[in-house]
Amino acid sequence: MSKVKELPGEAVVAAASSPSITNSSRAYLERVRGGDMGALPAVFGLLVLCTAFALARPSFLTAINFANLFTQGAAITVIAMGLVFVLLLGEIDLSAGFTSGVCAAVLAVTLTEMGLPWYVAVLAAIVSGVIIGTMLGTLVAKVGIPSFVVTLAAFLAFQGLALVLVSEGTNISINDPVIKAIAQKNLPPALGWGLYAGCVAAYALVQLTRARKRARRGLVAEPLSMIAGRVGALAVVAGVAVYVLNLERSFNPEFASLTGVPIVVPVILALLVLWTFVLSRTAFGRHLYAVGGNAEAARRAGIAVDRIRISAFVICSSMAAVGGVIAASRASSVDPNTGGSSVLLYAVGAAVIGGTSLFGGKGRALDAILGGAVIAVIENGMGLMQYGASVKYLVTGFVLLLAAGVDALARKRAAAAGLR
Amino acid sequence: MTPLLEVRGIDKSFGPVQVLHDVTFSAYAGEVTALVGDNGAGKSTLVKCVGGIHPIDAGEIVFDGRPVQVHGPRDAGELGIEIVYQDLALCDNLDIVQNMFLGRERKNGLVLDEATMEELAGETLEGLSVRTVKSIRQRVSSLSGGQRQTVAIAKAVLWDSKVVILDEPTAALGVAQTAQVLELVRRLADKGLAVVLISHNMNDVFAVSDRIAALYLGRMAAQVRTADVTHAQIVELITSGRSGDLGLKNGTAP
Repeated sequence: MSKVKELPGEAVVAAASSPSITNSSRAYLERVRGGDMGALPAVFGLLVLCTAFALARPSFLTAINFANLFTQGAAITVIAMGLVFVLLLGEIDLSAGFTSGVCAAVLAVTLTEMGLPWYVAVLAAIVSGVIIGTMLGTLVAKVGIPSFVVTLAAFLAFQGLALVLVSEGTNISINDPVIKAIAQKNLPPALGWGLYAGCVAAYALVQLTRARKRARRGLVAEPLSMIAGRVGALAVVAGVAVYVLNLERSFNPEFASLTGVPIVVPVILALLVLWTFVLSRTAFGRHLYAVGGNAEAARRAGIAVDRIRISAFVICSSMAAVGGVIAASRASSVDPNTGGSSVLLYAVGAAVIGGTSLFGGKGRALDAILGGAVIAVIENGMGLMQYGASVKYLVTGFVLLLAAGVDALARKRAAAAGLR
Repeated sequence: MTPLLEVRGIDKSFGPVQVLHDVTFSAYAGEVTALVGDNGAGKSTLVKCVGGIHPIDAGEIVFDGRPVQVHGPRDAGELGIEIVYQDLALCDNLDIVQNMFLGRERKNGLVLDEATMEELAGETLEGLSVRTVKSIRQRVSSLSGGQRQTVAIAKAVLWDSKVVILDEPTAALGVAQTAQVLELVRRLADKGLAVVLISHNMNDVFAVSDRIAALYLGRMAAQVRTADVTHAQIVELITSGRSGDLGLKNGTAP
């Protein structure tokens, strides 16, 4: 415990005031030293990996490869975003990968075999996700089977279910132009810039109005310089990304031009905004954190803990369904191995690398994107280095272990520093 | 003076074990009533019956002169009965404001109304003259034991509660922090709340309470004014159920 807090004379509100940049950065440093590193490991890892791959393989830095990163990492990022909700409660969903496979198979069957329109097929896939999530959540929350076991069983069962849906191992191709566009087509460059301007402006507006409202009510508000810094950083990073994505990346531009922001990017951004809003601005999100932090306290506060548990699994499985749709779109087909092999571990890895704790109570939707970027860079860079599957698996396994180790050590350290 | 909260003739069994026998207990507005008793005497069970965690087998709960049914923590909360449990029931990963409003968040439509919650939490802490926390936006994990207890008590007061029941609030605290919490307990009563203080510590009990109720093996041995009894008498009531004219006769109610 720091000594300051024990001083009896300190007024409740006085201490929280004076939110200068120095104060904020000092508080941040204190948090980091105390073990609450947030996005730091992911950002640091991303920089190191990108530098290493760029030095080893100059082709890593090309516009076409940059665009590839997004489409490669999209499905895993979306699945990871759903997993954040389950991890927030200190639970795990080992079946998320094959849930995405089953839902992709539902999409393929309704779309290609039954010939239904794409929106009906997507709806069917997501509804399948909701049903799976309800089932898993009910088994965990109401019956009381540990989530590890429930989802391990589901992991096996869904492999079988996927086989049944695609009739014992054939593959179903996806021909619908709308579904294929999600992971294969790009926005027109002008629309990309429009989206960029809209996002940066909206972000700045939200931050500014919140600070102004708080200041008007006499509460501690963030200093303008902090907000300007954050908006500026976003504008620069996103600006460079949009610029590079709008470069011509076709080998033969006269034959077929290839420019623009991949369509999955706005899809993921929309999901990020949605889930960030749910987690940080609604009572439901608050209750998720509370159940993850101390389920008994949440129960005594009158929160329906079981219902929160089930809804976390529902969100996880339906996000897995969205991930399955993206994977199907990218591959233009669905086979029994869609969502299999390393997808789940990559997704869990993405969430944990991004800063979501395996012990519950800590995590954001943004974590999935940061971690998903790290995973995509590893996968992509290793591919460029022409390493085989063996090395890829070894390295990814090591990275996942590293992330979980950082998480565990940070937790220990935070406990020692009294921050957790 | 009529008690604000009164339980009459409560029986409670867990399976074959009868934990409470015909217990009668009252708490008065503006007073601190200490509930004492040895381990297993039934203090926590009695409190949980009042708080709606355990259903009662027989007897009645009278609140503000009218008999009430308490079927769950929600019912108790609606009546204005708040219990601060020994293990505090705070979420470490949330900040003070978030904890104080947990389960009863203020909302603007769908969105949480953080500004109002922060203001109300600040006012409540100020009203209790709590000056020991640095910022009400700091996480509970960074608070000391005494500060956590303060937050837990402030959380109970926030809801216009009329009865606040504290289960061993000083059990895990150091000397200075115990003094702070006891001061806070006294202030609650001075604000007109009925405070029930469960404690093992006779010094604490005599320092802040107006009345003492002693449980002995699930029976109410005596409920007396603190000024009328001595330390030794209370210890006798706790350990043997009787002390001179006070207490149980032959193991039954006086």
